[in-house]
Amino acid sequence: MKAYLILEDGHVFEGVSFGAEKEVISEFVFNTSMTGYTEILTDPSYAGQSVVMTYPLIGNYGVSYKDQEAAHPFVEGFVVHELSRLGSNFRMNMNLNDYMIENNIPGIQGVDTRAITKIIRQHGCMNGMITTQKYNVDEVLDKIKAFKVEGVVQRCTCDAPYKLGRGDFHVALYDFGAKRNIAKELVKRGCEVTVVPASTPASEIINGNYDGIMLSNGPGDPAENVEIVKEIKELAASGMPIFAICLGHQLMALAHDFKTEKLKFGHHGANHPVRDAHTGRVYISTQNHNYVIKEDSIDPEVAKVWFTNVNDGTIEGMEYINENIRTVQFHPEASAGPHDTAYLFDEFIKMMGGHKNA
Amino acid sequence: MPKRKDIHKVLVIGSGPIIIGQAAEFDYAGTQACRALKEEGIEVVLINSNPATIMTDKDIADHVYIEPLTVPTVKHLIEVEKPDSILPTLGGQNALNIAMALDDEGFLEAHNVKTIGTNCATIKEAEDRELFKELMERIQEPIAPSKTVNYVEDALEYAREIGYPVVVRPAYTLGGTGGGIAHNEKELHDICSNGLRLSRVSQVLIEKSIAGWKEIEYEVMRDHAGNCITVCNMENIDPVGVHTGDSVVVAPSQTLGDREYQMLRSSALNIITALGIEGGCNVQYALNPYSFEYCVIEVNPRVSRSSALASKATGYPIAKLAAKIALGYTLDEIKNAVTGKTYASFEPALDYIVCKIPKWPFDKFYDASRKLGTQMKATGEVMAICNNFEGALMKALRSLEQNVFYLNLDNLKDKDTIYLRRKLKDVDDQRLFVIAESLRKGISVQEIHEITMIDVWFIDKIRHLVQIEERLRSEPLTIELLKEAKEREFPDRVISELSGMKSERIRQLRLENNITAAFKTVDTCAAEFAAETPYFYSVFGGEHEIAPDENKKKVMVLGSGPIRIGQGIEFDFCSVHCVWALKEAGYETIIVNNNPETVSTDFDIADRLYFEPLTAEDVREIVDLEKPDGAIVQFGGQTAIKLTQDLMNMGVKILGTSADDVDAAEDRERFDEILEKCHIDRPRGDTVFTVDEAIAAANKIGYPVLVRPSYVLGGAGMEIALNDGDVKKFIGHINEQFQEHPILIDKYLSGKECEVDAICDGTGVLIPGIMEHVERAGVHSGDSISVYPPQKLKKEVQHTICEYTERLAKALHVVGLINIQFIVYEDEVYVIEVNPRSSRTIPYISKVTGIPIVKVATKAIMGHSIPEQGYSYGLVPEKDTVAVKMPVFSFEKITGAEISLGPEMKSTGEVLGISKDPDEAMYKAFIGTGIDLPKKKNIICTVKDSSKEEFLPIAKQYYMFGYDLYATKGTYEFLKAHDVPCHFVNRITEKTNTIFDLMLTDTVDLVIDIPTRNSNLKDGFVIRRFAVEAGIPIYTSLDTAQALINSLEKKHNGSTSLVDIAKL
Repeated sequence: MKAYLILEDGHVFEGVSFGAEKEVISEFVFNTSMTGYTEILTDPSYAGQSVVMTYPLIGNYGVSYKDQEAAHPFVEGFVVHELSRLGSNFRMNMNLNDYMIENNIPGIQGVDTRAITKIIRQHGCMNGMITTQKYNVDEVLDKIKAFKVEGVVQRCTCDAPYKLGRGDFHVALYDFGAKRNIAKELVKRGCEVTVVPASTPASEIINGNYDGIMLSNGPGDPAENVEIVKEIKELAASGMPIFAICLGHQLMALAHDFKTEKLKFGHHGANHPVRDAHTGRVYISTQNHNYVIKEDSIDPEVAKVWFTNVNDGTIEGMEYINENIRTVQFHPEASAGPHDTAYLFDEFIKMMGGHKNA
Repeated sequence: MPKRKDIHKVLVIGSGPIIIGQAAEFDYAGTQACRALKEEGIEVVLINSNPATIMTDKDIADHVYIEPLTVPTVKHLIEVEKPDSILPTLGGQNALNIAMALDDEGFLEAHNVKTIGTNCATIKEAEDRELFKELMERIQEPIAPSKTVNYVEDALEYAREIGYPVVVRPAYTLGGTGGGIAHNEKELHDICSNGLRLSRVSQVLIEKSIAGWKEIEYEVMRDHAGNCITVCNMENIDPVGVHTGDSVVVAPSQTLGDREYQMLRSSALNIITALGIEGGCNVQYALNPYSFEYCVIEVNPRVSRSSALASKATGYPIAKLAAKIALGYTLDEIKNAVTGKTYASFEPALDYIVCKIPKWPFDKFYDASRKLGTQMKATGEVMAICNNFEGALMKALRSLEQNVFYLNLDNLKDKDTIYLRRKLKDVDDQRLFVIAESLRKGISVQEIHEITMIDVWFIDKIRHLVQIEERLRSEPLTIELLKEAKEREFPDRVISELSGMKSERIRQLRLENNITAAFKTVDTCAAEFAAETPYFYSVFGGEHEIAPDENKKKVMVLGSGPIRIGQGIEFDFCSVHCVWALKEAGYETIIVNNNPETVSTDFDIADRLYFEPLTAEDVREIVDLEKPDGAIVQFGGQTAIKLTQDLMNMGVKILGTSADDVDAAEDRERFDEILEKCHIDRPRGDTVFTVDEAIAAANKIGYPVLVRPSYVLGGAGMEIALNDGDVKKFIGHINEQFQEHPILIDKYLSGKECEVDAICDGTGVLIPGIMEHVERAGVHSGDSISVYPPQKLKKEVQHTICEYTERLAKALHVVGLINIQFIVYEDEVYVIEVNPRSSRTIPYISKVTGIPIVKVATKAIMGHSIPEQGYSYGLVPEKDTVAVKMPVFSFEKITGAEISLGPEMKSTGEVLGISKDPDEAMYKAFIGTGIDLPKKKNIICTVKDSSKEEFLPIAKQYYMFGYDLYATKGTYEFLKAHDVPCHFVNRITEKTNTIFDLMLTDTVDLVIDIPTRNSNLKDGFVIRRFAVEAGIPIYTSLDTAQALINSLEKKHNGSTSLVDIAKL
C-alpha cells in the first residue's frame, strides 16, 4: 500500500506503508546509527517523535526482544529507505514489520531518506505526518504544524517503583523514560536499583536508604518539567551522589537555574565525539537529544563544563562545584552505540563509594 | 598535542612491485602520506623499487630513490640521507619487514633514526604469532586455539590434539602466501612444509579451523593520546576460509545487530590500545553465526588493502591521518577534509552500501585452479556504491569488465540441480553465479546457506535479483517493473536481453518517465553536515543532490578500472597526471573510475570524482548531468579506449587522437594501408575468422606464426604456433573468450624488440627515449626486461625507429601519446604494434628521462604545442643514467599456472634498476625482483634441443663464475660433450636423484628451463611449477639467463650506488 510522509514545510514523499497502517503526526528527527534500530524504536526519549533512519537498509537482523530498551516501542513513526525482505540472526524473535504491526507503529519505506535528512538538517527538525491517505497537502498542514511534543515524560515513566538487582550500593533511578540498559549497567556493577516514577518527591529518596541517585534520560523539552525540577533542586541540596544522563542532565542544569535551548536538528546517532575537559581524551558516544544547556547561562561558581562535543562545541557534561553531582548529555549506557563511556558508571560507583565511606 | 618538534626528515618505505597480495593500495596510501608529510613541512625521503607508482614522482617526495627494497640498500640510504625518522607502516608487509630487520640489528638506534607511527615493538607484538597470542590472552581477547611450530612433525601432533580441519598460517608472509586449510595429515604435511619454507622465520601457525563463521573486519585508528575510533567495519560475504582479499566484501556489515557490532568494535579498540598502535590498524574477526562467540583472526598494524577500501568506502583518508598522527597530532586536532567542519575524531556514518568484488587472473591463466582459500589470488578489485545491496553488487559485477552484466554464466545454464548442489561446495570465483543459478533452478535459500554457510540475508538478496530477472522475462515491462529493475541496477542491456525490448526503447521509456540516475555524495556523515568534497555515486529512485557548474570548461578523464595483468597501476599513474595537467591548464576535471585501491579515486585528485562502473550506460548518466566539453580516453588503458565510440555517440568530443584514427591503428587492413603509405615494413600477416582460414594463412606466411585476437590488452590469447595443430588449438582458446573480433595471424620474427613512447601535438613528435628489450621477440613486452637507453642498437637503427615513429604518428593524426613496438631483425626495422594511447612504460620513462610525458601530452591534447611547452621535437638526447625495467611475477600464488613466458603477458608488476653503469642497473633490477644471488652456487638447467648451441657459452659463463651445473639427460650429455663440467640428475619420473630431490634440499640458486614451445610434455611444466612453489628463481628465456650472469660477473663488490631521481 502507498504511504506518504508530509513535512510541515510542504514536502511530500511517496513511499510504501509498512508496520501498522495508522496515521501519525509527530516531530521528525533523523538518526545516523548504522545498527541498533530495535534499541532506537524502543528508546522512550523518542516519545512524540518519528525517526528517519539515514542508514538505508533496516530490519536486516530482525527484532530480538532482548534488544528492547523498554517494554514496547516509543517512536511514533519510522521512516526507512528499505525494509529488509527478511531478518537474519540467531537471536531473532520476529521480523521488523511484524514487530511494528504488533506494537501499532506505522512506517514508511521506499523514500529517499537522504533527501529527507538534508531537509531536516537545513531547516531544523520539524513536524510531519505519516499517512496512507492521499491528502491535499494544504488541508493537513495546519494540523501538522499545530502538533507539539507535550507531557511525554508522564507517558514514559513507570507507574510505581520496582527493584532490580542486588548489591552493595542502593541506587534510586529516576525514570523519566529510562532506557533499560542504565539499570542493567548499574546492576552489573553490583547495585541494587530502585526505579522510581518521575513524580517521586525528593524527600522520599533523601529519607530512603539510598547510596546514590541516577537521573535518567527521557523525552521532550526539559523546561516543561517544572515540578520535577523543583524536586531535583532538593535532591541536589541533599549532598547525595547524583549522576544524570541526557534529560536528567538538562533537568539538573535547570535545577541550578541554568537555561536550556533547542538545537536545530539535535544529535541523534552513535558516532558523536565528546572530549573530557580533564584529560583531553575523546570518546565516541551515543547521543539522542534536541535540547542542550545554554553555555552562557552557566554560573561558573556553581558548575563547570566536563564534556564538550568535538563537532559543534556544545555542552556534553557538567560537574557541579562543591556538590557530588556529575551529569552527561550523551548516553554512557549506549544501546545502541559504542561502549566507550561505560566507564562513567564506574565513576558513579566511586562517587557513591566515597560518600558511603565518608 | 600539536606536531612533534623532533621530526624534520622522514624516510618512507614503499611496498615495491605489484604482486598478488600487494597492489596499488600502497601507492594510494604512500602518496597520501607523503603529501600529508610535505604539507607539514617535513623533508621526505622515499624508497620504492616500483617505477609505475605516483609516490615515486619527484613532486611527491623531496628525495626519490627507485632502488631495490632490500635491507642493505635501505641501510645505505639511511647512511647517505640521514633521516631522523622512519615511517614503516605505509608500505605494506615489505616495508614493515625491512624496518623490523633494521631495528632488530640495532641499526636504527645506531643511526639515531626514530620509528614514527607505530613502533617496532608494537609491530613485533602484532606480527609474531606467539607474542600476539600472549597479548590476546592477557587482555582476554579470544583467538582460535593454535600453536606456532617450526617443524612439520609438531604440526601433525598438535592437529591430532585439536582435531581437523586446521588452518596453516605462515608467519611474516604477505597475502597469506603458503597458507591453507588441511583436512587430514597428508594435506597438513604438504601445506605445512611449504609454509615453513616461505616464512621469513620458518614458522607457521597451526590453528583450529573456524571455517563457516562470519568474517568481519574493523578498520581502527588511534593517536598517541589514546583516542581511538573505528573508521568502518566490513563483512565478508564469504565466511571464514576465503582470504579477505579474495572475498566479496560489503561495508558496513549487514547481518550484525548492534550487540555484535559493538562487541567487536570494543574488542578492536581494546586490541589497538593494548598494542599501542599510533596510526591505522586492521583487525579481522571470525564470528560464530549462532552465538556471540568470536575470535580474533589477525591484526595488521599498518595500512592495508582493507584500509584503502575503508577509506574509499567512507571518505575517511586513513593513510593521511596515519601520517599526521605519526607527526604527533591527535585525532581531534585534525579537520575532516570531507565536511571541513568536523574533526577526524568521529566515526563515519554511511548512508549507502559498498560492495567490493576481487578481480582474479583466471582469464589469463585458464589452466590454473580457480579454487579460493587462504592464499589470495586476486590481482585487483572493484568497488561499487549504491543505496541497496543488490544495486551495489550489480554495479560491482559489471565494473569487473568480464562482459558479464548480471549473475548469469552461460556455462551454468544447462546444468541440473545435482551438478549445482555439488558445485555449491566449490569455493571459487564463480560461487555467486552458482548460487544464482541454483536459485533459478529451485534450490532453496536455506539449503544454499547450509552448503555454503553464506548468511541467508545475502542469499535472499541474490534471490531478489533472480526474481526480478524472472519478472522481466515473463511480465510485460511496466513502468513499475522498469523502476524496480533500475533501482536494483539492472543495466538496460540486461533488461533488454530478458524482456526482449530493444535497449534504445528502454532508454526512451526511462527518459519519458524520469527513470534516470540520481547522484549522491559520499560525505562521511550521512548528510548530518554539509559536505564540501565532490565524491559521488549514483542511485535510481532518489533525488539528485549535485549541481554541476555550467560555466566552467570541463574535461572528463576515464580511469582504467581494476588492476589486472596487462593493465596495472601504470594507467592510474597516467590518469592522475592527466587530471593534474588539466587542472594546471585551468580546466575543471571529472574522473570516473571504480578501483578503490588507486590514487585516482582519492577524492582530492580531480575536481569531481564519480565512483561508478566504466560501462557506456553508467558513463552516459554522468555525461547527461555534467555535459563535459570533452573526454580524454587515452590514459585509462583499454578500459577507457573501449568507451570511445560510445562517448562519441553521446555527443562527447574525444580530445586527442580521434576514434577513427585509433581504429585505423587496430584495423588490420587500414593499418596495412598506412604502413604502405609510410613505407614501413611489418611482419607479414593476415586477418582471419575461421580455423580453416587461419591454417591457410599460416601456411602462406610460413611457420612460426603469431596467433592473436584483435582488440585485446596485454597480448591476451596470443600464442606462437609452429604447425597446423597449434593453430587449431589456439583458435579454440581464443574463440572461448573473445568471440566478437577477428583473429590476426602474423609471421613470427625472432629479432630484437624495441619500444618507443612518443608525444605528438599534431605538428611534430617528441620522443623521450627508445627502450630495448632483453628477451627476443615472442615474449610479451610487459614480461620483457626493458633497457633505456638502448645498449645494443646501432645509431642508424635508432634513427630509423625515430623516423618511423614520426611518420606513423603523423599518418595516424596522433594528438597525445603513441606507443610503437618494433622488431629489429637483421638490422631491418619492422613495426609490430601501434597503440595510439598511453602505455605501461610511460611512468618509468618519464622518471628516467625527466620529461613529464603525460603532462606534455595532455597539454598537447588541449592545444598547447610541444615547443610552446618548452620542449623540442625529435629524440631527446640520451641521459647518462641507464634504467632497467624488470617484470615481477606472482606465479607462486596461482596454483597450476604455466610460468614459461610467451606472447601473453603474465607479470603482475615491475621494478627498476637505475645506475650510470648498465651492468649495475641490470644487477639492481634483478635484486629488486627479490632474488639474492649468488648464494648456494648450484644451478639446474634443462634446455630444449634447438637452444642448446646457444646455451653453451652461457653455461660456460655460469661455470666460470663458480656455479655447479646440474642437468637432465639431454642437456647433461650436450654439456659434457662440449667440456662443460656438469652433474647428472634424473627427470621427475625416475625414483631417485631427481630434479625434485635436488630442489627439496634447498641448495639450488636458480633454474634455467628453456621449454619446447607448446609441447604437451607435462614434465617441464611440473618442474617449473615445482621451482616456483619451492621459491627458486626460474628463467625460461636464454636472454634472461644471459643478462643475469653478465650482471653477476660485473657486480661491484660492496653496496650498489644510489640515484636520487628527483635530482636527475
